[in-house]
Amino acid sequence: MSQSVKFLTPLALFLALVVLLFYGLGTDPRKVPSPLIGKPAPEFVLPVLGEPQRTVSNQALLGQVSLVNVWASWCVSCRAEHAELMRLAREEKDIQIFGLNWKDEAPDALRMLRQTGNPYVVSAYDPDNQVGIHFGVYGAPETFVVDQQGIIRHKHIGPIDRRAWEETLRPLVQQIKAES
Amino acid sequence: MSKKRWLPAAVLAGLVAASPVGAFTLEEYTFDDPARAADFRKLIEELRCLVCQNESLAASQAGLAKDLRDEVYRMLQEGKSREEIVTFLVARYGDFVLFAPPVKPSTYPLWFGPLLIGGVGAFFLARVLLRKKESTEAELSAEERERLQALLAAESGDGKPTQPRHKERA
Repeated sequence: MSQSVKFLTPLALFLALVVLLFYGLGTDPRKVPSPLIGKPAPEFVLPVLGEPQRTVSNQALLGQVSLVNVWASWCVSCRAEHAELMRLAREEKDIQIFGLNWKDEAPDALRMLRQTGNPYVVSAYDPDNQVGIHFGVYGAPETFVVDQQGIIRHKHIGPIDRRAWEETLRPLVQQIKAES
Repeated sequence: MSKKRWLPAAVLAGLVAASPVGAFTLEEYTFDDPARAADFRKLIEELRCLVCQNESLAASQAGLAKDLRDEVYRMLQEGKSREEIVTFLVARYGDFVLFAPPVKPSTYPLWFGPLLIGGVGAFFLARVLLRKKESTEAELSAEERERLQALLAAESGDGKPTQPRHKERA
């Protein structure tokens, strides 16, 4: 008995290490968890993209479930997710897609919306990363799920595709709506 | 002659002109107070650029790194302390923004795991080594001792080594 324990212990430790390292292979080091989950969305006031005389603030996130989508015209992955955002804007009437146009030039951003459609109820214009820093944005696209009370519930890093919506975001949106 | 003398200088000038592609300096960040300048240099060495991940803010050319350098600079100019700036960035980007993760319960395995594993390994190594040493001396039973004595006596008796047992088997 003690002999088999003696020989099986290193084997068990080795297998545990294999499992740990195998798990490590599957995780993406580029996806850094956000410390903002469960906290209120940062306060901000920014000009509206395309309407510099008008401003929009974090008040716009209250009252319904929002997807705060960080995007830019120079961001290739943002163009990749654009079609899915357009579909969501069309079909999911009980959420609003709020744009944060990040480190972009207004003419380029507006041209992209003209050419491929505008899924956003409004886009806040943040060319100098003044507000992006407060959201902990470190790349585009990033999408924050914000509930009716303005609390950040989830951060999705990378483009939203059909699968991400169906498997992660939609269940979460439904859960948030069920809570209220 | 004069043309040839120009050539190395022209090549050198060309190289100098070409080399700063993508290079950047930190000279735009000027401080009146040398202590603040030292704080700034230390901070941007300790903070990670989240885009390039293995580069500090001081080393990275990514746009985000520049934004964060600007932010650190602005906060220092406002008179914020190093702790305040680190807290500000950790609250937004998480501990990952620090190259050295803070020591807290969730990072204990990270900080003390290697020590623990090394300690356990050293313990078992020591045990195995010590046991081997003992075993060579203590393993003979009284019966075996007798046989050993008999064999040694036989060997010294006729002056020839006795046939080792394992050769018989081979």
